[in-house]
Amino acid sequence: MSGSHELSRRDFIKVTTGIIGGLIGAVVGLPAVYYLIDPALQAGGKEAWIPIGKFEDMQLDKPYSFSFTRVQVNGWERTASSFGGYAVRKSDKPEELLILNSRCTHLACTVNWNEAANGYLCPCHDAKFSKEGEVLDGPPPRPLDVYDEHRITEDGIIEIFFKEG
Amino acid sequence: MWNNIYNWLDERVGFNDLYANLLDRPEPKTSWWNTLGSASMFLFVLQGLTGIFLTVYYTPSPDHAYDSVQYIMEGVAFGWLIRGIHHWGATLMVLVVFIHMLRVFFTASFKYPRELTWLIGIGLLLTTLGMGFTGYLLPWNQKAFWATTVGTQIAGTVPFIGEFTLKALRGGPDLSALTLQRFFSAHIWMIPGILAALIGVHLFLIMKHGESHWPKKDD
Repeated sequence: MSGSHELSRRDFIKVTTGIIGGLIGAVVGLPAVYYLIDPALQAGGKEAWIPIGKFEDMQLDKPYSFSFTRVQVNGWERTASSFGGYAVRKSDKPEELLILNSRCTHLACTVNWNEAANGYLCPCHDAKFSKEGEVLDGPPPRPLDVYDEHRITEDGIIEIFFKEG
Repeated sequence: MWNNIYNWLDERVGFNDLYANLLDRPEPKTSWWNTLGSASMFLFVLQGLTGIFLTVYYTPSPDHAYDSVQYIMEGVAFGWLIRGIHHWGATLMVLVVFIHMLRVFFTASFKYPRELTWLIGIGLLLTTLGMGFTGYLLPWNQKAFWATTVGTQIAGTVPFIGEFTLKALRGGPDLSALTLQRFFSAHIWMIPGILAALIGVHLFLIMKHGESHWPKKDD
């Protein structure tokens, strides 16, 4: 508008308004973004040994169903989430137990052992897994997940190592 | 290239006309007192934005309202800032709107042809107070609960329609989940909607008539 080095009154007002407005916007705007995404940044991942049942109750080659709940504080509320799976006994050695997670690897519905179908069936998208967790049918991208760390207590109870996601 | 894009848009939207009419209007020589209307609108927008952000965590239920506000204050990053701005902005907005009204009164700006602007301004003051009244209950703490008990009880003393008004405000004879829910609804949807519409008409009239000049000795 005016000469190259002289800032006119109007331009000064415009520039000042822009700078102050931008500052106010940043001071409120950036924390606001952080405020929105904060729950996504919370660290989870608590660990625990969870008892799932007596070893002697698990029959050879017959999936043994177990489930447990974990309580987590989400926001101002305690939320109980259910987890579960199947222990498949292959031999007399507890360390050879195969412990499957019943969370479907497709989209996280819960699979159920079906004796007639001789497999784990998922009610959501007709997935089928074999007794050992291999994909037999349907959309899952990989076999059922395995709880790969477990131990047996002095009383003969199997415990699995569980880490919250 | 930016010039071409701008010109293409300007031909169709009319940025230059908008700018000339909205921001570059000729004004009489005025003072800082004439900025209070813009300040009120700025506060309205600020309250709207921080309010929208608060609804991300706030839960209007007797079981959760208090805890969710505590969570906003202590659990969420910068929750204290968002709620703090909303809390103090509310007080400031009532103050600024009121001083704006006083300015209009003392400069006699409500006279012909601006009577309608003044009347709508009264509506804006009342809806702003309505925002304050409904928002005060939402934290669902002792102060909120008893302030609303008293406030609605006062409405109940109106002759003939008092009892009806009290029940309509509370959603029943007592303060309950219904009260909290309807105050929330009024606070985030109904009153802001009316407020925004009135601001639109108010602004239109101001643009139509321009600002009144500062009165001189012989006015």
